[in-house]
Amino acid sequence: MSVGEAARGREFDIEFRLLIDAIYHMYHYDFRGYASASLRRRMKTAMERFGCPTLSQLQDRVVHEPQVFAALLDYLTVQVSEMFRDPTYFRALREHVVPLLRTYPSLKVWVAGCSAGEEAYSIAILLREERLLSRTLIYATDINPQVLSKAEAGIYDIDRIAGFTLNHRGSGAISSLSDYYIAAYGRAVFDKSLRDHIVFSDHSLATDSVFAEVQLVSCRNVLIYFNRELQNRALGLFHDSLCRQGFLGIGAKETLKFSTQAGGFDSLVHQEKIYQKRSEP
Amino acid sequence: MEEARLRREINAVVIGASAGGVQALSVLLPALPANSAAALFIVVHLPRDRPSLLAEIFARKCLLDVREAQDKEPVVPGTVYFAPSNYHLLLDEGPQLALSVDPLVHNSRPSIDVLFESAAEVYRNRLLGIILTGANEDGAEGLAAVHDSGGITVIQEPETAQSPQMVMSALRLRPPDHVLALDRIAALLSTLGTAGPMLQRP
Repeated sequence: MSVGEAARGREFDIEFRLLIDAIYHMYHYDFRGYASASLRRRMKTAMERFGCPTLSQLQDRVVHEPQVFAALLDYLTVQVSEMFRDPTYFRALREHVVPLLRTYPSLKVWVAGCSAGEEAYSIAILLREERLLSRTLIYATDINPQVLSKAEAGIYDIDRIAGFTLNHRGSGAISSLSDYYIAAYGRAVFDKSLRDHIVFSDHSLATDSVFAEVQLVSCRNVLIYFNRELQNRALGLFHDSLCRQGFLGIGAKETLKFSTQAGGFDSLVHQEKIYQKRSEP
Repeated sequence: MEEARLRREINAVVIGASAGGVQALSVLLPALPANSAAALFIVVHLPRDRPSLLAEIFARKCLLDVREAQDKEPVVPGTVYFAPSNYHLLLDEGPQLALSVDPLVHNSRPSIDVLFESAAEVYRNRLLGIILTGANEDGAEGLAAVHDSGGITVIQEPETAQSPQMVMSALRLRPPDHVLALDRIAALLSTLGTAGPMLQRP
């Protein structure tokens, strides 16, 4: 390795930390607990997009131009999801979680890190099919206000609908996805009556606290972007939010195994990473 | 002294393959010695809508422990990790494994570039990068990153690759340390025992 290469690697490390700190102090978004490999990669993509050869130059723009920060936030946070992503997860919710949810007179569900809303609408549709939506309130939270307003609109490109429909069928659907949207001008607009049961809200798993007692938390492919400390914090929030024997669903390749919070949950559907809050002894 | 500078211990190996990759790996992975101290990380392009069976398939053919990568898993030397279907696999400080669902790179998730670039940052000059057969351009930039961080780079001989496009792209972007036929790459991997490996960068 050349001396120059080593120095460049070290410079990037330092600039990276400085930028994360600058964002925290300036805009109160806390990325200090994000897993570094993915965040570094996203930063590099943003450097190219903004035409900044160094992170210091990007930092200069982020600090002095709030609109650059707003655009950067998209690069640092947005996950592209799908409706009914991993259909077997939703099938498992239907088979193993819904029967127990039925026993509650009213239900609250928390979709943490909801991005553009695909997961929240999927759960709303599933609960409507199971005749539970009328007594349910879904909290869908994210740190990015731009994706939250997209999520709130419930409008998706029509070319994504074929994939969503296939996923929905694989989830054990008892209705047709087309019952829930109107197609117009190349877009699918989802039914407002679903949205009436969803509250989209700004919430940070890094800095905010518990806001409601819920029966189900669904947080998939969000924890992979956090380091272990932040992951522990988020799982602690989920644990504190869940009612007695409440349910937690995480991503198919995520695991509680390496978390200090693992002892707070029992595995309910191992293959689909659905857990149940462990009863107090 | 010069000799010592050129010879170094390899702690990790990254391998990228696409079309024809499973057959190529069937030649390479059984050659790994049981006492290998290096960890191996492998991306093979596969359909994204079904689970990967690679870890199961190769567990039977390898002397080493073979697993599908889990998020936040600490890296254990002497283990072969495969990227799961539809997730990028990255190396993070620790070293530990990290997964992401970030956008496709070169139409692929997992992407070879994503794995190689992150591994290069963690392992620097203690990394060996290998690009095998494949029919797209993923991996070329990743292998260049391995090279630029001081790691050793190997490309499968295009004539012996079932699909040469991937190795050709990598060759064009940055001349590698070695261009080798599969059996020669297997021989190289067989030196990854605890006493070795002493790979030379020409």
